[in-house]
Amino acid sequence: MTDTTTGTEWPLWEVFIRARGGLDHRHCGSLRAPDAEMALMNARDAYTRRGEGHSIWVVKAADIHASNPDDKGSFYDPADDKVYRHPSFYRLPDEVDRM
Amino acid sequence: MAGELFTYTLRLGDSALILAQRLAEWTGHAPILEEDMALANLGLDLLGQARSFLTYAGEIEGKGRGEDDLAFHRDAWEFRNVTLAELPNGDFAQTMARHLLFAGWYELVLQGLTRSTDERLAAIAEKGVKEMAYHWRHAAEWTIRLGDGTEESHRRMQAGLEAVWGHMPELFAADAVDEAMLAAGIGADLAAIRPIWDARVDAVLAEATLGRPQGRVRSNGKQGVHSEYLGHILAEMQFLQRAYPGMEW
Repeated sequence: MTDTTTGTEWPLWEVFIRARGGLDHRHCGSLRAPDAEMALMNARDAYTRRGEGHSIWVVKAADIHASNPDDKGSFYDPADDKVYRHPSFYRLPDEVDRM
Repeated sequence: MAGELFTYTLRLGDSALILAQRLAEWTGHAPILEEDMALANLGLDLLGQARSFLTYAGEIEGKGRGEDDLAFHRDAWEFRNVTLAELPNGDFAQTMARHLLFAGWYELVLQGLTRSTDERLAAIAEKGVKEMAYHWRHAAEWTIRLGDGTEESHRRMQAGLEAVWGHMPELFAADAVDEAMLAAGIGADLAAIRPIWDARVDAVLAEATLGRPQGRVRSNGKQGVHSEYLGHILAEMQFLQRAYPGMEW
């Protein structure tokens, strides 16, 4: 990824919030901040004003390595015809009827 | 006693209200969008506390004045906020310097009030003390970053501190009202708070490589003797209710 600090602008951070204990942290947006501590505070002010969360993760957007959309074919298409990877070929006993 | 409790509660509410108004001036003007929201949040926290204190003050007074009457229909000499709260925003560094001094103090005052024998004050303080802990953290982190930042940010942060520091002693100057409230088990112990405040502020200044300013200026806001700034704040804050009394929307 390219460096997200442009000119005099602060780096971009991606924000992940956990709404309740037991749930996953979910991506909820991004913001700019000079460092991690300030990013946490900014995230708290921007994204938890209405009681949305109890835990925040911030990560520099530049540190996220994303898959390339051009690789879509080689990355994902091969999974399309591998039905045997789905656990749907087992005969379940009648007692376990709510799987 | 009721008169002292009224004044004491009014001081808490007015200090929060006037600083909230000052912070609101930043809305749309902060150095960056994220900080714009942060400053507005800080101001709204204080406004919420001010509403609780002023509502209670009106009830203590017993003359039928509500929070809005106290906020919008008093003149400058009737306000009892500490002078620090009405000082101009200056640049961002000066606003953070003011907030460092204020939040560092107000959090400790509210902490003391959570043990007040006055249940209503204790309840308001209980809620506010968590908010002020964040205010302190926000101001402290910024002070450290600006002080220990670039040459210019360091210069501005030091200048910001110098601009507001002289009004700090008023925060700890206990008068008859404070003493009566302390003796009654209602008020916070300003003398006990002082060393804690000194230690936390000194620690931040040291990390920020900033010097502790000296000196004090005449500062009697909580007795109703204000700086030239309060009248201008009220002119803006009270305009609507003065022009259209009782207006609602």
